[in-house]
Amino acid sequence: MVNLIWAGLFLLGILYALMNGTMEEVNKAIFTGAEEAIAVCIGLLSVLVFWLGLMKIAQKSGLLDLLGKGFKPIAKKLFPEVPPEHPAMGYILSNMMANMFGLGNAATPMGIKAMEELKKLNQMKDNASRSMITLLALNTSSLTLIPTSVIAIRMKYGSVSPTEIVGTTIAATACSTIGAILIDRFFYRRSKGRDSM
Amino acid sequence: MNASIWIIPLMIGFILAYGTWKRVPTYETFVEGGKEGLSIAVSIVPYLVGMMVAISVFRASGAMAFLSSLLKVPLEAIGVPTEIVPLALIRPISGTGALAMTTDIISTYGPDSFVGRLASTMQGSTDTTLYVITVYFGAIGIKRMGNALKVGLLADLVGMAAAVIFVTIVFG
Repeated sequence: MVNLIWAGLFLLGILYALMNGTMEEVNKAIFTGAEEAIAVCIGLLSVLVFWLGLMKIAQKSGLLDLLGKGFKPIAKKLFPEVPPEHPAMGYILSNMMANMFGLGNAATPMGIKAMEELKKLNQMKDNASRSMITLLALNTSSLTLIPTSVIAIRMKYGSVSPTEIVGTTIAATACSTIGAILIDRFFYRRSKGRDSM
Repeated sequence: MNASIWIIPLMIGFILAYGTWKRVPTYETFVEGGKEGLSIAVSIVPYLVGMMVAISVFRASGAMAFLSSLLKVPLEAIGVPTEIVPLALIRPISGTGALAMTTDIISTYGPDSFVGRLASTMQGSTDTTLYVITVYFGAIGIKRMGNALKVGLLADLVGMAAAVIFVTIVFG
């Protein structure tokens, strides 16, 4: 999918330039685009190093686990099939916390661990269980609190207030997460209805 | 949105105070985590270069303006700026592609423009559905995904609509 889009952008762009005489601009764009990308990476570097460093402290001090405990009642409601003391629950909570604080690469291993445990709960079948889809929905809607890379890019392009979008981001994230849970419920109810008929 | 400027400094202060109280070697731990950040930033270089060159070729040729002009009337009727369309399309498919697109929008229209703020909010508020599904279900060998893809993509749509609404309310 990504491969098609990537090649497609180039091919359509070149074809369009061929027909509309904008080849000059395309030539320039090839080099400025690459330069820009490197400049952005350097901008991201500062924020990623600082933020992941800070989050490591939050992780080691047990702050993330502590916050995770506060979310347990919510998690129990979201994952009714998972026994509260099952290891899957612990991994689910860690995954949620890591996501919230923008620790994408810490969230992924926790999420995979949680999935493995959920698969055990699902008697090792190779179909996706309801809890798995719920966990996936939570991850695809991303519960980010601090969108670090976006803030970095805004700083690089001279925003007057790089962090002003934190509020709208949290609000939109909350909507997509709640949306994910409701949509997940809707499909689950519907498929259950069909099975019982 | 004055509260936004408080969130990050307060979080930093709290994390450091808590870490010190729990006797975590704060500075050394920071460095350790920072190294992870460094390797992530370096590893996305080729993704970003590839995507940003492709996007800037597509934009410079005039093809993007042509595509946007096709969608202009129906989208503006519901209050969505056409400049955001390429980002909305690529967001669920490729994380680095979306990051490149967000950067392109912010550099073209400015970070404090309406579209710039909308792109920032959209980029931050949803994740790459296809990537998440591939990684999580791939890792544990799930063959029948059920409704996972449908749920993920519909949730993306909800998040994007919410981004448009909130950005319009707050900054519009």
